[in-house]
Amino acid sequence: MELTGAQALIKSLEAQGVEVLFGLPGGAILPVYDPIIDSSIRHVLVRHEQGAGHAAEGYAQVTGRAGVAMVTSGPGATNVVTPLADAMMDSIPLVVITGQVASASIGTDAFQEVDTRGITMGVTKHNYLVTSADDISDVVAEAFHLATTGRPGPVLIDFPKDVANARTTWREPGPVDLPGYAPPSVPESAAVQAAAELIAAARRPVIYAGGGILKANATAALHRFVNLTGIPVVTTLMGRGAFPESDPRWLGMPGMHGSYTAVTAMQQADLLVALGTRFDDRVTGRVDAFAPRAKVIHVDIDRAELGKVRRPDVPMAADCRAAIDALCDALAPLGLGAERLAQWIATLEAWRERFPLTYDRDSGTGAVPGTVKPQFVLEELRRLTPPETVLVSGVGQHQMWAAQFWRFEEPRSWVNSGGLGTMGFAVPAALGAKVGRPDKMVWAVDGDGCFQMTAQELVTASAERIPVKVAILNNAYLGMVRQWQHMFYAERYSEVYLSPDLPDYVRWAEAMGCVAFRVSTPEEVEPTIEKANEVDDRPVVIDFRIDSMEQVYPMVPAGASNDDIVVHPSQSGLAR
Amino acid sequence: MSLLADSTGGETVSARPRHHMVALVVENKAGVLARIAGLFSRRGFNIFSLAVAPTEDARFSRVSIVVDVESAPLQQILDQLDKLVNVVHISELHPDAAHEAELLLITVSAREEDRPALEAAIAHHGARLLEANERAVTALLAGDPAALDSFEEAVRPYGIVELQRTGRIALRKLGAAGDAP
Repeated sequence: MELTGAQALIKSLEAQGVEVLFGLPGGAILPVYDPIIDSSIRHVLVRHEQGAGHAAEGYAQVTGRAGVAMVTSGPGATNVVTPLADAMMDSIPLVVITGQVASASIGTDAFQEVDTRGITMGVTKHNYLVTSADDISDVVAEAFHLATTGRPGPVLIDFPKDVANARTTWREPGPVDLPGYAPPSVPESAAVQAAAELIAAARRPVIYAGGGILKANATAALHRFVNLTGIPVVTTLMGRGAFPESDPRWLGMPGMHGSYTAVTAMQQADLLVALGTRFDDRVTGRVDAFAPRAKVIHVDIDRAELGKVRRPDVPMAADCRAAIDALCDALAPLGLGAERLAQWIATLEAWRERFPLTYDRDSGTGAVPGTVKPQFVLEELRRLTPPETVLVSGVGQHQMWAAQFWRFEEPRSWVNSGGLGTMGFAVPAALGAKVGRPDKMVWAVDGDGCFQMTAQELVTASAERIPVKVAILNNAYLGMVRQWQHMFYAERYSEVYLSPDLPDYVRWAEAMGCVAFRVSTPEEVEPTIEKANEVDDRPVVIDFRIDSMEQVYPMVPAGASNDDIVVHPSQSGLAR
Repeated sequence: MSLLADSTGGETVSARPRHHMVALVVENKAGVLARIAGLFSRRGFNIFSLAVAPTEDARFSRVSIVVDVESAPLQQILDQLDKLVNVVHISELHPDAAHEAELLLITVSAREEDRPALEAAIAHHGARLLEANERAVTALLAGDPAALDSFEEAVRPYGIVELQRTGRIALRKLGAAGDAP
């Protein structure tokens, strides 16, 4: 079958089962946009290429499948660099296709030419510059294989215009031939045995579960492991949803804004069972003071994570699910009794009772009575939405409040930018999540600063009838920066004020085709969320005017030991 | 990265314990060297020397990198390199288990009265005299990196005008432990 390179590319995407492309055309990618008209693949036309990348990430996060974005060369490619870096940090499977100038023009500073492969080398798991139309089906098959296996990540295919226009003969992709790529799968039995011995001997163990659990589809395995061992669990920002948070064995989220119990449990632990997690600096605080008495079992499919930050006593380069299953099989015959952890569990319960997540429900320091507390908005949103709601967030204070005051019961119900901390992530990622799971309600919680970065994708959502819901926690500040200036720069607020009214978020949202509401008092919170929940044919935006001086507690100051966690002022006098 | 500056410290460069020879077999694809160099750059690893050329199999190239391990644990460097999709095989080659070689080209000032001693040094170290005029001589020496160091030190007093070393290359010794690629 004779066809063009562009047709071969679209046919290859169809062969991979791609159902949606997020993209924006331009000169170099023009040939590929022609066969899209005849394709079964849905194309969502974004308003900025960054939106295409984040939408593909949101889609990937909720479906577990590769998200696909397609943009043109030059500025199209550079605009998608941020989502690539974001996906690299958070191990999100993406395949991004960029147009490129014709092969003969590469290196001549042609119009809209950039060295896309060079620019994106450091922010992709792998990337390709296609040089022959005959290679297309193999390259696409390799790209999807790399993006979705091992430690997932973004793969970019740079596609010169002449290759798109060239004639080729269609052939099914051959078996993937990657001699340098063999991600580990099952753990070594010696490591499993050593880990089982540490687990059986531990008296203050904690399971430190990360995003790798979700990527490995290991939530059921984790649950079995917890049932078998009775070991309490913390789930990281990227691992939320890996363990049901109504379960009493869930201690909360660790890290800079984690719960006191989760943070302190790790500090006091004699064993950390680290599963699909990477000892991020936001979790460890000062590394040499992190969990100082704990032995460490570290399971990760990326061998380079084992010992990168903390030297494990038992390293296990393996798929999380395979490793947990192997651990369960090794531990089951031992019949670990619950009483061995009784004292530890009692200690944890006491902390949980003394240091719950809390906030000033009436009027905190500097708060105007009757102002809306962001934590209250989150609590109400959780209460008033279906349990399986997908929550998406941007980056900053609102993200941490969302992480603190939402409860996730299911995997893939939380979408955020963890490692890169990409402001503006929420709106396009929510759009992608809703495309991936149209059956679920999708709420984005966004900050006013974040919203202004990518709000134009609500035009996309309106045009494409993607009914996402956005709660802007509008405190008129770049709130997290302001919080740091409050705590560490003597309240010298430099360049963080944004104004609550400029822009007018309600009128802006309406101009973008959304239904929009404003909430200025606590009494309006519930009825407005209910009104928003009823809208199912277009996006909805609520401008929540929140207490602008609210801080995120607890907090471990950057570079400090987790032992120096700063709790909410109302708890600061309590004995630890 | 200055070989000369390192050598004047009196320390022989090839014997420094923080240097390790990393041997890679890579797919012979465009951009592979940029991937390796980029990885070293963004992870803060240091390359002391690097040599790369195709192997007997046109699909693969062999890369010999002397890494400076003060910047990061060797295992982390190996693990990160191994993640590059085009890196097919990677191993550390211990000096006792490997044949190492390097090539040196050197131009040295040669005053009339120094010339006999200089030529004797060239002959003594097994180097080859490539060219000579009234002001300078150029010599070539191939072999063990330590022998190159020693030759370099021997002629340094006459005044080194220019010097180029290729960086070390290495192959595992026959019968040495480890999985040959």
